[in-house]
Amino acid sequence: MKFRVERDVLADAVAWAARSLPVRPSVPVLAGLLIQAGDEGLVLSTFDYETSARATLAAEVTDDGTVLVSGRLLADITRSLPNKPVEMTLEGSRVSLVCGSARFTLQTLPVEDYPTLPQMPTATGTARSDAFAHAVAQAVTAAGRDDMLPVLTGVRIEIDGSTISLLATDRFRLSQGELEWSPNTPDESLAALIPAKVLADTAKSLTAGSDVTIALAASGQGDGIIGFEGAANGGTRRTTTRLLDGEFPKVRSLFPNEHLTIAKIEKAALIESVKRVSLVAERNTAVQLAFSDGVLTLDAGSGDEAQASESIEADIDGGDIVTGFNPQFLLDGLGAIDQSTVQLAFTQASKPVVMSGVVPEGDDDPGFRYLLMPRRLLS
Amino acid sequence: MPLPLGRRTHASVLHLDLDAFFASVEQRDKPSLRGKPVIVGGTAGRGVVATASYEARVYGVRSAMSTREARARCPHAAYLRGRFDAYREASGIVMRLLREVSPLVEPLSLDEAFVDLAAADDPLLPDLETETVRAFAQVLRDRVHEATGGLTASVGLATSKFVAKVASDLDKPDGLRVVPPGTEQELLRPMAVTVIPGVGPATAERLRRAGVRTVADLEGLGLDELVSQVGKAHGAVLHSLARARDERPVVAERETKSVSAEGTYETDIVDVGLMAGLLARQAGGVAERLRSAGLSGRTITIKVRLADFTTVNRSATLPAPVDDGATVARVAKALLTELATTADLGGGVRLLGVGVSGLADWVQEDLFSMLEPDPQGPDAQPAPVVPAGLGETVEVTTDDGHPADPTADPTADSTADPVTAPTGSEADPLDEPLARFADQWPAGADVEHDEHGRGWVWGSGRGVVTVRFETASTPPGPVRSFKADDPALHPWRRSPAAEPPAAEPAAGPAAPGGSPDGR
Repeated sequence: MKFRVERDVLADAVAWAARSLPVRPSVPVLAGLLIQAGDEGLVLSTFDYETSARATLAAEVTDDGTVLVSGRLLADITRSLPNKPVEMTLEGSRVSLVCGSARFTLQTLPVEDYPTLPQMPTATGTARSDAFAHAVAQAVTAAGRDDMLPVLTGVRIEIDGSTISLLATDRFRLSQGELEWSPNTPDESLAALIPAKVLADTAKSLTAGSDVTIALAASGQGDGIIGFEGAANGGTRRTTTRLLDGEFPKVRSLFPNEHLTIAKIEKAALIESVKRVSLVAERNTAVQLAFSDGVLTLDAGSGDEAQASESIEADIDGGDIVTGFNPQFLLDGLGAIDQSTVQLAFTQASKPVVMSGVVPEGDDDPGFRYLLMPRRLLS
Repeated sequence: MPLPLGRRTHASVLHLDLDAFFASVEQRDKPSLRGKPVIVGGTAGRGVVATASYEARVYGVRSAMSTREARARCPHAAYLRGRFDAYREASGIVMRLLREVSPLVEPLSLDEAFVDLAAADDPLLPDLETETVRAFAQVLRDRVHEATGGLTASVGLATSKFVAKVASDLDKPDGLRVVPPGTEQELLRPMAVTVIPGVGPATAERLRRAGVRTVADLEGLGLDELVSQVGKAHGAVLHSLARARDERPVVAERETKSVSAEGTYETDIVDVGLMAGLLARQAGGVAERLRSAGLSGRTITIKVRLADFTTVNRSATLPAPVDDGATVARVAKALLTELATTADLGGGVRLLGVGVSGLADWVQEDLFSMLEPDPQGPDAQPAPVVPAGLGETVEVTTDDGHPADPTADPTADSTADPVTAPTGSEADPLDEPLARFADQWPAGADVEHDEHGRGWVWGSGRGVVTVRFETASTPPGPVRSFKADDPALHPWRRSPAAEPPAAEPAAGPAAPGGSPDGR
């Protein structure tokens, strides 16, 4: 194996593929990054049995061949190389890497022990890469991080024709977003549960090209994997990940049918105010929201602890209401809303609030909703 | 010398300390042990003495001494496992009495509290002159004695918390000492510096090197010199206390900072599954205490002491505070699993504990609770009973990080002769392996027999339980033995809502009897 490649193109592709390297590989070869040199250029692959990453890039290949080297080390090296062409050559059981006057020799790992990467399912459709990344970022706000509840560490995507819905919940809050896309079959109807962390990382890393291809096998096919592919500097990037098992709870019914009090508030002012009042009591406090007479009063802390209080203007339609929330959950929801004015819709103090952006007249509603359960005071 | 601003001019700070508290409660409830050495604590090899009765102290038995050493010094004492429900109940009675006197009551532990008499509203306290407060304190001691069914308290009164606490110790037990205003320094000067709170062995050693042994010596040390010896903050405090200057207010209801439970085990536990089961059980007890206090917490910590005595803590902070046992148990188990990957638990574990801190007064409600009644919800928990036999005590630690009951710290441990899997109704059928460690009949525990009535476990082992049938309100009673699985024999638990026990002192002198616990 012997090839020559642009430093930036190589560093970018290696860094991208190395993201999926397992931190504690269950078998040593999984710490490796597979380099395949052929007529089409280079293919770089990593795999941890859950998630695979595959980057292609252009290179001047002199000799075809395949090597497996430590992915972490190769990423560290390529990131710090001078901006000169890089030449890599397999010499016996070692790979030499030369860039300008810098020279490295890397041990190879046994290629024959490396697992075969899963096949990417057939493409289901394409979405604009920036819109996809944005919708995913909004959705994962509410995703669970508790590995003991694996189903809730996923984002459920529901494909219905030209609309993809994204749902995530950690039991305490729920995000629901929508995304327009171009399915290959107009009446496509599919659903899948994708690990939230992988989805977020992947969507964010595929914004270099204008589109991202989503490949999801119909239920019962393709071994429960989903693939994403996008363009990148000098080639393509493709990720597959195993879908989560288990049934995502039927969360759409959690949204209340009616609202008794609706408050519209300037988002930036509310965020600042929540951050200020929640400074008290070592971040363990809940923040109380009292809506009355065009004013939202925020309170935090109680009894002997430090206390904080602040009032901001609110456009309130409906009866007075007093409720309270985990300040971080409130801030997460506010942060996920795009519009500069937010709407908080309540039924009762003990029922969840529906948070959304107030869409200016004439604009389309992007459809993002954040449902947040209030705190319950003890005693 | 003119008094500094804010310094009290009357001996209005009262410190009350119940005498040999745990042991006294045992002697109250077990008439046959009155006047005899009683030692409460771990009864097995690794146990530690929590409290020794004055009869046992004669033999040199002290709190925090290993039970092994205590047995060597006083082999004929009654060695009892603690009955923390009984102690809490007695403590509650005393604290209520004190709160009737003044709104400013600051409990330091189950058996100790400060009371600010300056805030009292009692016809017996028309003023705060030395003789008035002395007479009042005597009335208070009598009230405590009567309301608790015979417990005695030692009381100190002074112009500050520091001196009041020193004073209560001077005439212990059953003592009363008032330090008249202006005589504080006179009292303190001849005492060893270790009388000052915060002067532990390390500070005492540093001071000794500077030639300081008594409070008078310390008083002779300038602030600069003191700061150079022990640091700025500490030095300033010592400089004031050496001059009996202590203006700290009596603060009512100290904030609870954490709730925890732990147990030590006679046999090193090597099975991670069993460790997880024990932690889950402790978590249930902790959650119950949290809920009964109207508290929740965000940070969950496990404590594991390995066979080589290394103690490891691991904690996790949740996104929102919780108060249900299932969640606390789940996080505790996850922390244990994580710990098992880095620490060698296979060599055995001798102590396990679970704690919840980052306390709050709210919980994050669950969206899904609206979908369906949640069978995992806190209310549906199986009653998280911590069997006394597991050697676990749930303790509440307070504000300053000291356990609310320091003497409860060395927790009781499981018995040396674990009874084979108990078949009694109290055994948890889901937790079969725990049964091996769960002596259902710990020495001293309250029991009830269908035929013979109430009594306490005098000793157990090899499938036999010996019970003495007596209570606080009976004369010393007879001893009978039963099979450990006798269906007529049940552990007896005071119901949480129960009113204080009959306060009438039992009649009759303590009858001679053998040593309980039969060792």
